[in-house]
Amino acid sequence: MSSWFKRIKQGIQTSTSEKKEAPDGLWHKCPNCKKTSTVRDLKEHYYVCDKCNYHNRINSAEYFEILFDNNEFEELFSNIYPKDFLGFKDLKPYGARLIDAQKKSGLKDAMRVGAGKVEGNDLVVACMDFAFIGGSMGSVVGEKIARSIDHCIAHKMPLMIISKSGGARMMESAFSLMQMAKTSAKLTQLADAKLPYISLMTDPTTGGVTASFAMLGDLNIAEPKALIGFAGPRVIKETIKKDLPEGFQSAEFLLEHGFLDLIIDRKEMKTRLATLLELFKK
Amino acid sequence: MQFLDFEKPIADLYDQLEKLKENGAKSGVDVTATVKEYEQKISTTRQELYDHLTSYQKVLLSRHPDRPYTLAYIEKMCTNFVELHGDRNVKDDKAMVGGFAELDGETVMFIGQQKGINTKMRQIRNFGMANPEGYRKALRLMKLAEKFNKPIVTLIDTPGAYPGLEAEERGQGEAIARNIFEMVKLRVPVICVIIGEGASGGALGIGIGDRILMLENSWYTVISPENCSTILWRSWNFKEKAAEELKLTSDHMSRFGLVDGVIKEPLGGAHVNPDEMAVILKQKIKETLAELKKIDADTRIEQRIDKFSNMGFFEER
Repeated sequence: MSSWFKRIKQGIQTSTSEKKEAPDGLWHKCPNCKKTSTVRDLKEHYYVCDKCNYHNRINSAEYFEILFDNNEFEELFSNIYPKDFLGFKDLKPYGARLIDAQKKSGLKDAMRVGAGKVEGNDLVVACMDFAFIGGSMGSVVGEKIARSIDHCIAHKMPLMIISKSGGARMMESAFSLMQMAKTSAKLTQLADAKLPYISLMTDPTTGGVTASFAMLGDLNIAEPKALIGFAGPRVIKETIKKDLPEGFQSAEFLLEHGFLDLIIDRKEMKTRLATLLELFKK
Repeated sequence: MQFLDFEKPIADLYDQLEKLKENGAKSGVDVTATVKEYEQKISTTRQELYDHLTSYQKVLLSRHPDRPYTLAYIEKMCTNFVELHGDRNVKDDKAMVGGFAELDGETVMFIGQQKGINTKMRQIRNFGMANPEGYRKALRLMKLAEKFNKPIVTLIDTPGAYPGLEAEERGQGEAIARNIFEMVKLRVPVICVIIGEGASGGALGIGIGDRILMLENSWYTVISPENCSTILWRSWNFKEKAAEELKLTSDHMSRFGLVDGVIKEPLGGAHVNPDEMAVILKQKIKETLAELKKIDADTRIEQRIDKFSNMGFFEER
């Protein structure tokens, strides 16, 4: 063998600091099929994998951009902040947890509300942010939904709530439970005003959110493969001591059992939503 | 009588009292004075113990095996109770009971979760954990009461809605959501009383009304202290701490304004004297019904919506 070809020094010599890596946030690996794509491509595909159609979890900012014409909308009730009224403390005080979550996510709580147009149709969109303590429903979420409903009634606008939540926020104890009652009670007023309420369930929608406003849509819609249920799969598995069937609690499962009107791919969401809003008007 | 672990001082006194009585009977010595003394001592010990119950001890009391359940209260408070069955769709859920009964001459619709009174019945009643058909049966009965203008009383006592496979298939979440939504709009007076465990959505599914009341030793919150401990502390061992943090007692709930009133229990809890408890509860239900009937239906519904709409804490900056 030619000597110039022989490896004299063993091992990798480049020090960690000198390694050239792609900066964070340029590439995305699909958690389902492992396909790598650039973040720009992913965004162009509505954060849906172009190979396996996996719908990545996105937050309110992305949904608003996808739904509202030219990403133009007025954010409503952004002055509402959470508060640690009970002084709840588990491994971490709730107050500190809130501050951490706010810093990490850049959000105030687990829901933002935008009012704008979808292909020219007025719509108020109240969208949950899973990035904020698992999209858990506390008093802020409840209050924002309540005020969104008042806003819809005052301005005769339809409402869409995008759910993405692990359920009620335990750290707000019974107050979080009562948000189920509060949001459902307010929805009766929206119903009396004969204004359409569209519930969009995305991955995951569970617990108290499912058992209140998410299931009460005039139209119940879901994204493909979204996990939707009351009890979480682990709890059910422990209860029945059996493995759960494939696809249990998926959007397709719920559609089959009669709890959804339709499943819509995220890339078609805006057009289909606009059609539906127009059908209500005509 | 069955005693909980923390009631050991009382249990010991009872033991001693029994022995004293036996000895008295055997020896023929008059022990009435000592017996009285003991009874007095039991009463004061109980008072002291019950004045300082921790949150978790109250949770244990709410689950006391001798505690009266829904059907027991209905039987004790009413005459002519006729239990009505089925959701007209899937089946009859034995964890949820309901029917018309006469409360001092007035027809009232009673609905509530029912726990079993022995091992076999506990299974049949599914430990008071209703399936979707239970909630749908409850709603059917509420609509029936509304149609014939009869007031509704719900008695809540559940460790939660059943987290089973079939419950999910039949839409547990939808069933609870639908009940909450429809109960808001009921045109008849609705009183909800938490008589034992008020766990989360399973309780709220029959828990919307004009007045929400709690028995003194019941609890009501978003999750059981055990499950809360498992999730937030990642261990079952922090259930006492979780119970404290959740502030789930009737006292807390009433101070927060999340319930409208607390009904005192006989000393030592409802199970010590179920008859007395039923009398107190009946009195409270009658008073509350009389009060609610003075309000017209539209106003009642408006007040109901306002009440729940005002629940929550947040800051506006």
